[in-house]
Amino acid sequence: MIESVNNWLNGLSPAQSLLLFTSIKAVVCFAIMMTMFAYTVVLERRLCAWIQDRIGPNRVGPFGLLQPAADGIKAFFKEEMTPAHVRKVFFTLAPMIALIPAVLNLAVIPFGSTLGKQHMVLADLNVGILYTFGIVSLGVYSIVLAGYASNSKFPFLGGIRSSAQLISYEIAMGMSVIPIFLFVGDLNLNSVIKAQTGTQLGFLPNWFVIQSPMTFLAFCIFLVAAFAETNRTPFDLPEAEQELAGGYNIEYSSIKFAMFFMGEYCNMILVSAMMVTLFFGGWTLPWFGLDHAATTLLGGVLHIGIFLGKVFLFLVMFVWIRWMWPRFRYDQLMDLGWRRFIPLALANILVTAIWLWWQSGK
Amino acid sequence: MEEILFYIFAFLTLIFGALVVANPFSRNPVTSAMFLVLTIISMAGLFVLLHAFFLAAVQVLVYAGAVMVLFLFVIMLLDLKEEERRKVKKLSLVAGLISIGAIVGIFVKSLLATQPVKDLPAPMHDGATIPLGKLLFTNYLLPFEIVSLLLLVAMVGVILLSKKDLK
Amino acid sequence: MNTSDHPYLFILLLGLSAVAFALIPLGLAWLWAKKYSPKKENAIKNATYECGLESKGDAWIQFKSEYYLYAIIFLIFDVETIFLLPFAVSFTGLGVGAFISLMVFLFLLVSGLAWAWLKGVLTWK
Repeated sequence: MIESVNNWLNGLSPAQSLLLFTSIKAVVCFAIMMTMFAYTVVLERRLCAWIQDRIGPNRVGPFGLLQPAADGIKAFFKEEMTPAHVRKVFFTLAPMIALIPAVLNLAVIPFGSTLGKQHMVLADLNVGILYTFGIVSLGVYSIVLAGYASNSKFPFLGGIRSSAQLISYEIAMGMSVIPIFLFVGDLNLNSVIKAQTGTQLGFLPNWFVIQSPMTFLAFCIFLVAAFAETNRTPFDLPEAEQELAGGYNIEYSSIKFAMFFMGEYCNMILVSAMMVTLFFGGWTLPWFGLDHAATTLLGGVLHIGIFLGKVFLFLVMFVWIRWMWPRFRYDQLMDLGWRRFIPLALANILVTAIWLWWQSGK
Repeated sequence: MEEILFYIFAFLTLIFGALVVANPFSRNPVTSAMFLVLTIISMAGLFVLLHAFFLAAVQVLVYAGAVMVLFLFVIMLLDLKEEERRKVKKLSLVAGLISIGAIVGIFVKSLLATQPVKDLPAPMHDGATIPLGKLLFTNYLLPFEIVSLLLLVAMVGVILLSKKDLK
Repeated sequence: MNTSDHPYLFILLLGLSAVAFALIPLGLAWLWAKKYSPKKENAIKNATYECGLESKGDAWIQFKSEYYLYAIIFLIFDVETIFLLPFAVSFTGLGVGAFISLMVFLFLLVSGLAWAWLKGVLTWK
């Protein structure tokens, strides 16, 4: 059985096998992201219940583990309610645009080293990070269009507000990673991981988060911008319940609301994956030789496991912070972005450039 | 394969571009703006086919992600209902048609005058970013600095024009 | 076909499947609703959501022009970030001239930001 499969695989032309394996990888990646999405929601609800001394959803399946399935079925079969006053085309388009960037951004994340002969990245682009930022910048349309299409005051205000928030922190995010690329010298994300292998001081990982003060500062700015870009507390102004009753998506219900919800959580997963890749060594661990491309099947699986584990830790942090922090006021948010983080990121670029130049001159 | 993709993307660019200015279904400026986004994205596809990967990414990032967001903001600042109701004036229609005709004429004339190149030089760097940065900071240093000055002027100008109560 | 194009071809396909992925649940839910749960509309359900208050006037409200200002400053800084990236990756191979020119570039950038700050543009009122 296995032999015949092997023979069949060896008989394929390079283009065919590339197509086959890339599609398999894409489907698996996608399935993993959807599973993570489903269980991040459960995790969020259970953890928040625990923090607030409640029990949380525990009825559907053991420990409430089937809750996401129940939620999905409910969202799907609820009455598809499109209010009469909305602009129908944009109203349908907005939740779609919320999902599409999330799927597209999956492509460049290196989620493992090698498995057999296959590299564990869907599309190894040489413009890596620029592609990510380009796709992320398209996500703002879902919010603007949702606000505009709802043809109602709260969503309109919420949409305008959160798009201004997204674009402000996009700058902070883009500028914060430039020191990293000064160190790496390549935009490709695999090169970024390669630059983080090995150890420093004998045992500490050589990850960018602790490699130098500049890269640590870069990480801090990126982290804050990541919270703002994913609309998570303390930056969840779009769903400021007290002022806007939910922001850009209040006119939405049933499956369309579920799609916004899904897009939001997928973005959270992707931004965690980006942080792991850029600052926490991606799929590597500096010990036991785990920072080199795997030669065995088991090693490859282990690398993927390491990557997912790191992403999971970030997701827990996202959830944890949501239930620990109050929300910023809008003016505080804009001031923080434009008058603190952007100057800080610029100064960071400057210091890193001077440092590297001085280093190379020695 | 590449040729088929070229024709697909070129066709899409033209169709979306036409829909920006003359959409039979809607006279809504937001619809036009969204079609302009699609035009820009299909143009990014053309850039990829030309192996200008950096340019393609920048096209999406700056034009689709930043310029068009600005457009949307401006559209939303204005009252859209009025724009939807507005009729096309005959005079502006005639003037527009004349200028389109003139532009098409110039294009056709210049296209007919050019000789098709037989041996195209291979792309120098395959659109990679590192050589691009090197070129930008050696051969094109002065234009680069002028661009940054231009951006500064643009920013100052915009702020001065749109804020009356400056301190 | 050139092998270096494959990742981009794949992204095109991924984009198409992403659109499909966004369309399918919407389409299925729509079909289901059409067949098994027809809309039960009424005036209150269709009303604009404003926490129980009756909506007055147009949904279009004039928002602050500050949003526009931030958008244009965003655009300018976006372009500058893009210029910084190719510089960052080719930094190691460049000489003093490039370094100084980058300093000038950053100086112009910072002076613009500082000017806007001093003029109170970056203060949200």
